This record gives sequence, structure tokens and C-alpha cells, in this order.
Amino acid sequence: MGSSSSSMDHIPNAEELMQETGFSAAHLLRLYERFEFLDKDQTGELRPEDFGAIGGLALNPIGDRIISAFFSPGQETVDFPSFVRVLAHFRPNGTNRTRNGTQQEPVNSRTRKLKFAFQLYDQDRDGKISRAELLQVLRAMLGIQVTEEQLQSIAERAIQEADLDRDDAISFDEFKKVQQVSPHPQTPTKETPLHPTEGGR
Amino acid sequence: MLPLGLMLLLLTAAAAAADPPGTGAPPLRGPELGFSPPVSAPLLPSQPGAEYGAPGVALARSAAEEPAGPGEEEEAGEHHHHGGGYRVVQWEWSYVQTPYIIAIWLLVASVAKILFHFSQRFTTVVPESCMLILLGLVLGGVVLIANKKQLYQLEPALFFLFLLPTIVGDAGYFMPARLFFDNLGAILTYAVVGTLWNAFCTGFCLYAAKLLGVIDERVQADLMDFLLFGALISAVDPVAVLAVFEEVHVNDTLFIIVFGESLVNDAVTVVLYKVYISFVEVGAENVQTADYFKGVASFLIVSIGGTLVGLVFAVILGFITRFTKKVRIIEPLFVFLLVYLAYLTAELFSLSAILSMTFCGIGANKYVEANISQKSRTTVKYTMKTLASIAETIIFIFLGISAVDKSKWAWDTGLVSCTLIFIFVFRAVGVIGQTWVLNRFRLVPLDKIDQVVMSYGGLRGAVAFALVVLLDGNQVKAKDYFVATTIVVVFFTVMFQGLTIKPLVKWLKVPRSTSRKPTINEEIHERAFDHILTAVEDIAGLQGYHHWRDKWEQFDKNYLSKLLLRKSVYRKSELWEAYQKINIRDAISVIDQGGNVLTSARLSLPSMASRASFPEVTNVTNYLRENGSGVCLDLQVIDNVPGAKVEEDTETHHVLAENLYKPRRRYQSHYSRHFMPLGEKERQDREVFQRNMKSRMETFKSTRYKRHKKERSLKKRRGSDAKEDSSDKPRRNVSWQDKDPVVVPVESEEDKAEHSDAEKEDDVGITFVARKAETPKQRPKSVPAALDGCQSPTAAPSSPTSGDSHLPWKGSVGSPPPCVSVEATKIIPVDLQQAWNQSISSLESISSPPAPAEPIHPRVSALSRLGGPRPASYTPPGSIGSSTSSIGAQVSQGSFGFSEKKKEDEEEEEEQVASQEMQPLMSSLRPPGPLSPPLRRNPCVYLRSLVTMPPTGSGEPHSRGPTQL
Repeated sequence: MGSSSSSMDHIPNAEELMQETGFSAAHLLRLYERFEFLDKDQTGELRPEDFGAIGGLALNPIGDRIISAFFSPGQETVDFPSFVRVLAHFRPNGTNRTRNGTQQEPVNSRTRKLKFAFQLYDQDRDGKISRAELLQVLRAMLGIQVTEEQLQSIAERAIQEADLDRDDAISFDEFKKVQQVSPHPQTPTKETPLHPTEGGR
Repeated sequence: MLPLGLMLLLLTAAAAAADPPGTGAPPLRGPELGFSPPVSAPLLPSQPGAEYGAPGVALARSAAEEPAGPGEEEEAGEHHHHGGGYRVVQWEWSYVQTPYIIAIWLLVASVAKILFHFSQRFTTVVPESCMLILLGLVLGGVVLIANKKQLYQLEPALFFLFLLPTIVGDAGYFMPARLFFDNLGAILTYAVVGTLWNAFCTGFCLYAAKLLGVIDERVQADLMDFLLFGALISAVDPVAVLAVFEEVHVNDTLFIIVFGESLVNDAVTVVLYKVYISFVEVGAENVQTADYFKGVASFLIVSIGGTLVGLVFAVILGFITRFTKKVRIIEPLFVFLLVYLAYLTAELFSLSAILSMTFCGIGANKYVEANISQKSRTTVKYTMKTLASIAETIIFIFLGISAVDKSKWAWDTGLVSCTLIFIFVFRAVGVIGQTWVLNRFRLVPLDKIDQVVMSYGGLRGAVAFALVVLLDGNQVKAKDYFVATTIVVVFFTVMFQGLTIKPLVKWLKVPRSTSRKPTINEEIHERAFDHILTAVEDIAGLQGYHHWRDKWEQFDKNYLSKLLLRKSVYRKSELWEAYQKINIRDAISVIDQGGNVLTSARLSLPSMASRASFPEVTNVTNYLRENGSGVCLDLQVIDNVPGAKVEEDTETHHVLAENLYKPRRRYQSHYSRHFMPLGEKERQDREVFQRNMKSRMETFKSTRYKRHKKERSLKKRRGSDAKEDSSDKPRRNVSWQDKDPVVVPVESEEDKAEHSDAEKEDDVGITFVARKAETPKQRPKSVPAALDGCQSPTAAPSSPTSGDSHLPWKGSVGSPPPCVSVEATKIIPVDLQQAWNQSISSLESISSPPAPAEPIHPRVSALSRLGGPRPASYTPPGSIGSSTSSIGAQVSQGSFGFSEKKKEDEEEEEEQVASQEMQPLMSSLRPPGPLSPPLRRNPCVYLRSLVTMPPTGSGEPHSRGPTQL
């Protein structure tokens, strides 16, 4: 990793990106290599098909959603800075010790991570996870193992549980609350997340 | 029988002669295995001078001054027995002695536990383990005074063969697997590196202290001895950790790291201990370099081999439980046996037994839990917990007792204090050092507070004690000193640190764990997050933890689960299971909290007018309202979810079964559990019943629509599922099922209920089975079975179940507002209406669109029962009873007639009534619907709106939500 510090020059706005995302130079470099690897046409931008080419992602039940999360609405491609910015969500925030998820600012804060996850559910971006949206995700994740009505009862139950204002949908605040009830280190998200950044492993 | 028993006793006496302390353990499995240590009654003052025999042969390693003896006593007893003439009353002490003493010990231990928990305040301060040790000290003192000798001691063989496995088995089986593997890196590091570090440092430093003269001359030990001692004293003890940490409730991560370490370090301890023993035997100077490498190899073999043995047994266990459908009764036994066999097998090959058992438990848990029935699950859980708890109690008591035996140990202040200091210091240093390294890799670093708790939580316990007692006094000259030191160390860590760790944790504000279970949202999101993280790892081109876990899950899903899970189970998704579990849990908690309310409401039969239950009903309504709709939902869900294994319901049913029709039915309930052939009478009954039912059905049919084909097919789909489950209780399956196709009318809701019911598992669902046809196929044989379960014709137990199914269905005949609501309003007394209203409206927010369409729809949504049926479900029983109005009566009859038509006997009379009343009922119910204003409309509207989902095929069945918004 360290050997190619010269190639840092290839990365546009490396400094800014590092500042913004909190990635170290080594991380950034590694991500850049990965980016270039994925970018088969060498256009400097990734298209959804490039992501689709990743083996594991094709099997991932919600892979499509994750891919689309990289693309801002209406855009067909994603360039390196955006790519990095999205991945920065997943930077562990362990360094700042967030058992209670207190800090606000950085992109890898608990709230931002939750927001990212939330948007994977909220496909129409209306700020709410409707029952239909939840059902779609459930259907994707559970596949054929479960019948439609089972799915529906699960979705129903989940919404009932989280829905505080009784609008039959889960808003981001509600979503956040659901996750916060459990200080479980092991339950969802942010505490256990991976580190796309730890290149060496 | 008697002679046989005596023979057996003699045999065991010969084999395991001196083994009193074992008394505690064998009850678990001992006697059958020929491991019963016959002991002279020590606690009986009348027999203080019980015979002392020769030390036991195989097991009594430290038996020198133990009373081995029942040998002669046995003989005496036998003579006694056979010798004299016939005696009316005989003193058969020798015959019952062993089990008797064991039982007495268990009783003492259990009673002690009760006593400790009398004082709430006291137990929150003093851990139970401390109290047990103190009790042991006292008991030991008593025995010592009475006998002049200590009869009891924690016997290593018993400890390792019986007491430890019960605890480890429990711990392994219920180990939170995900948490464990999430922290596996840390656990392994602490367990291997940490233990090695502790062992070597303690050993070397003690040797240094000895050279420096801090330790007395009399302690004849050289480097090897000290290393050996260091090895056995350095391992954190699972029993002690469990005992102390369970009361402290530190957060899960911290707990799993310390506890996981204490389990996994067994391999290290075993190997070090064995290696050093062999080194001590050959003498330090004869040890060759190759031996060190052998030691390392041995470590790998012991640990990996132990793990593999455990996993093999886990696979076997999963595979076996796949086929226990027909023998549910012994399902739990398989679990115990195989987990225990995993332990014994590992011991057999001198692998790490604890590792083996732990991994067997972890590995098998998922598949076993999915395969076995709910009752078996409960049985396994409680049996394991009971055994583990009692084993733990006995271990601590005997630790206390063992300490009173002065002959066993020799005191050296230098050694004791040095050991105490060293283990504490090195533990702390080791933890800090390793954490520093680990934190470079961990996402959630362990902070200083965690490290303090981990250092402080390094408790030593019975394992160390058992190991030190096992030492051969001839080879390890300083054994007595080591024993004494170990006792002190164990006592110090368990008592002093155990006492102080709670305040420490509080003072340091260590994040505590909450015992709450994950909600369905968490379950969903957790899975989603896993997928997200896996995907991001893929995108970032990283093969990290999530990547591999995903790979494992794929493998598990594609191969392992196919092999180890029942087909029916395999097809279910984990999330669905989780969903059901949550529902059941909620339901149980609702019932627990409002328990008597519900029960009494349910129990109030039409015959016993129960005004009393009204206020209670209000409470329930309020309770439900306050607790949000989720709870309401659950109550409904109980009914239709396969998981409707709420014991409460069963209980209610039994109560009813007991109370009703006792004279006729009673005998059947005796048979119900067993697979007895049908008696002549029963067959007759069944015939009569069937004939009657048929005719009744006919009258019914006329009033009904034809049922939909679609529904039927749907039902079949389910049916296949249910078939498997229910097949093990053929007799439970309600006979009327064959009529069911006829009966089941047309109505979407009826069908809906049915679908979901069909899935429910056999084991609990007496109630439910009765109500719905699970398996259209099985019916013919099973008629009588239905009797015991479902004989209550009353609306009471069935009210939640049958109520919602048939009521709406009646109402549906024409009018939009189903009779459910009508009834509810009608029946609920005025004073209740407000509460009812509120709860309804709270449920109702979703249902704003006024019953737009009411296509008949087979789909079940859990929610669909939420609004509408609920009123029917519990209010009616009470209300019906009180309001002897015609409707009430009809309703009860109706329910009887339809969903519970399995009573064969009384059908004669009732049937007539029922058939007469059916039609009036329908018609009478219909009109009130429109009349009843908002109150009744709401629930039904809600119901409707829920019901009106497009049929299966159509693309977006549930899009209704968003559109409403």
C-alpha cells in the first residue's frame, strides 16, 4: 500500500476527499485502485453494470438497492469522489468511541449511517418507509421461503412496532428510534460495520 | 429387585468406593452409570462413626483418609436383610443410602438457594456464589466436628464428569452464537495468549520468589512444579465467571469476551497441565527439545480436535432431531445425550472436552431448536438450566466444604500471597497488553473500563481446584501447599472479587446489558445491514468478516440446513420464525400481565354469569390501548400464527376440559397423551358424532356460499405443511375436519383463519387444532382426540379463536359491518364502551378509508384480525355470559356448532339447538350491523380494509398502505 504514494497524484482532489471523508491516504489509494479495477472502460466513472459485475453483489438480495445508493438521483454514473463519499458512510466510527452514537458531524456518524440504510428502504425518497417499501425489502431478503401473507404480517408488525405517529409508515425518526432502543452492541449496524478502509486485510 | 439393587450397590461400592463428595453429582446421571459413591451417612449424628473402608480404587485420588466405606456396611446390610426371619419393618438404609444422601444434598443446596433469595436487598449485594461457599464452609465445619474427619470434598472425577458438563453444556447450548463469533478474535486471543502468558509468568515468578526466599523452604518445588501450578491456577474459570457475571449484567460484549475466554482456555489449560505433569514425571532435566514441540502439537490437536468432535456431534444431533417427529417425548433426551457424549468423547481422546461441548452446543442449537417442538424446547431449556444451576450450587458448596479439611492442605503465607499478587498483576498486564493489540483491529475498541472489568473478572474456580486435587502427591511434593493456595485463590477471587465487582461496575459506569429481546424491526434491519455490509465489502473489494459470514450463510442454507433441518422447517425463514417468537413472547407477556384478566374473562362460561369480569375486561382494553397497537396485534396473532403455542391457552383449555362434562370426558383426557387404540365406545361416539355433524352441516350448507376454489388450493398448500407437524399427534387432530370442507364456508375470513392455523404446530395447539382443520387428510381416525381438547362448547376458550373466525363469517352473509362489531358493541356494557372505543380508534388510524371494497379475499393478514375480531375474542366470553340475551346464547351455540363440533356426546342435544339457532343467528345478527354507529363500524371497517387485499397473484398485494396516505 505504502509503496505507491506517487500514484496519489492520480486521484483528483485527494486532499479534499481525505478531509471530507476522513479516509487516510492509504485507504484512499486503495479505494482508488479498486475504483479503477471496477471501471472496466477506464472512463473514470462507474456505471451500474460495473457494479453488477462484482460477483458477490449479484447474489446479494438487496444488491441492487445498494448499487443504486451510489448513484444520486437521475445520474447514470458515479465518479470517484462520489464513490468514496458513499463508502465513507461505512468508515468505522470506533475511533471516536460512539457507544451512544453521540457525534453528529462526520459522514460516518451513526445518524448518517442510519440515514444511508434508511434510504435503501425508502426508494421513493419521500422520507418514509411505507409498507410497500418494507415489503419489497423483505421480499428480496426472504425470497421464496416465506409466503406473501407471512411477509405481510411481518411488515405489518414491523410497522406497528415502529410507527409512532400512526401514519402507517416509518419515518426516519422512527427508524432511528427503533435502532436506538437497543444499546446492544451486536444488534444492527454502526457498531459492527466493516471497514472498507482497512486495506491490508 | 432388592437383591439386584444390592448387587449393584456392591459393585459400585467396589469400583468407586470412596467417593463421598460425589454425592452431589451422581444424581444427575450418576447412579445409572455405576458411579454412585456410597457414603456413610455423615450428617446423621447417630452415625458419626461410620465405618471407614479402604480407599477407593479408581476414582478416589485423594481418598487417603476418606471414609470409603460402605463396603462392610453393605455386607452387613445384606446379611441383615437375608439373615433374619421375616420382619414387618426393615431398616434398609444401606439399600437407599447412596441415592438418599445424594437427594439430601441436592435438597440442602436447593433450600439454601431459596433462603438466600429471601432477602432481596441482601442478594443484590452478595453474590450467590459467595453465600454458597460460606454455607459450604459451615456445613464442612459441622461435618468435621461430627466426624472428626472431613467426609466430603469436591471430587475431581465427579466434577469433571458430571458437574462441569452440565454447566458447560448449558452455557454452550445457549451461547449467543453470533455474539460469540463476532468477538471470536478477541476471545481466542485472550484465551490462548492470555492464558499462556498468565501461566508462564506466574510460574516463573513464583519460582523466582522461591529462589529469593519469599516462599518458605518447606515448599519443595522446583521450576516445573511452579510452572505446573501456574498453568492450573491461571485459567479463568467458566463456572465462577458465569456465577458472578450473570449477576453483574455487564454488557454483552464484555461478558462474551470474558466468558468465552473462560471456556476456550480449557484447551490451553488441559495441554499445559498434561505437558507439565509429564515433564514433572520424567524430571525437568530429561525433557528434550522435541517435547516442547510435541507440546505445541498437542495443543493444536487438543483444541482443534475437541472442536471437531463437538461439531461432529452437533451434526449428528441436528440430523437425529430431524427425525424425532414421532417421538417428541424423548426429543430433549437426544439433546442432552449427544451434547454430553460430545463431552465424554472428547475426554475419551483426552481432547478439550469443554471446547467440544461448547461447540457442539453452539453448532447444534440452531438446527435443534428449529427441529424440535416448542415443548421440547422448553423442556431442554429448563432442564439444562436446572441442572446447571444445581451443579453450580453443589460445586460452590463443596468448594466451601473442601476448604475445611485441614489434612489436605498446608499453609505457606509467602506462597499464598505471592500467588495472589502475581495472578492479579499478570492478569491485568496481560489484558492491557492484549487489548492494546486487539484494539488496533477491533471496530469497537475495548476501552479502559472494559479492561478493568476484564482484569478484575478473571475469576478462578473449581476447575483449578479440581486440577490441583488431581495432582499426584508423590510427584509433586508441594501438593498440599498448592491445594491450600488454590483454595485461597479461588475463595479470594470468587468471594472478594465477586463481591466487589458489582460496585466496581456500577462505579465505573460500565455499560450494562439490557435483557430485552430484539424487536421485529431489529431483526429485519439486522439482516438488511448484514446484506448491506456484505455488499459494501464486495464493492470495496475486501474479503472481510462479513464476506465470510455471508459465504458461511450461503453454505449453511444450501447444504447444512438441507441436511439437518426438517423439510417443513427448512422452508420457513428465520425471520418468520423470529417474528413468531416475538409475537408469542408479547402475547405471553400480555397474558402474564393481564393474565388473570384474560383467563377469567375466558373462563367465564355462559353458564356462570360473570359480571365480575367486566372491570377486568376494561383493564385489558386499557392495557392494550396503552401499550400500543402492537400488542393488540399480537393478541390476535396468537390465534392465527402457527406459533400459537401459548401455554396459557392450553391451560385454559385444560381447565375447561376439567370443568366441563367431566363425567363423560374425563377418562379420555387420560388417554390423550398416549397413543392408545380407540376403544369401542369411542368409536361409537365418533360415529354418532360424525353422523350428527353431517346432518348439521347440511342445514348449514344451505345458508352458505360455495367456497372458492382458490381458497381451497391455498389451504391445501398449507395443509401439506401442517400435515407433517400434526402427524405426530394423530389423535389430537380433530375429527370434524372431514366435514370441514363442507363447513368452511365461503367466507374469506374463515378461510384466512384457517390458513394460518394450518401452519401452527401441533404441540400446543389443542385449542387451535380443534378450531381449524389443519390436515384435511387425517381426520377419520382422530375423532376422539378432539374430545379432550376441544370439548368445551362454550365460547370461552375458543372465543379468541373461533370467535373471530366464525363471527365475521356469519355477518358477511350480507352486510358490510360484520357481526363481530355488532356483537362487540352489543355485548359490551355501556360503561365499557368508551374504553373499547378508544382502543378501537387507536387501532383504527389506518383504516380511514371506509370499507372501499370487500372482495372476498383469502389472504390473511395478521392485522386483519386486529380490529375486528378482537372484540369478539375476549369480550364475548364474559359478556356473553352476563347478557343472557339471545345473541349471546346464539353466539356461544354457534361457536359450538361450528368450530367446536367435536364433542361427540352432547351433540345430540346441542346440535338440535344449534341447528335451530344457526339461521336465526345469522339473520338476527345482520340487521343490527347498520344500526350501530361509529363504534361498531370502525372495527369492521378496519377489518375490511385489511381484508381487502388483492389475491395472491396480483402484484402489489399490500400497497394499500401508501395509497391511503
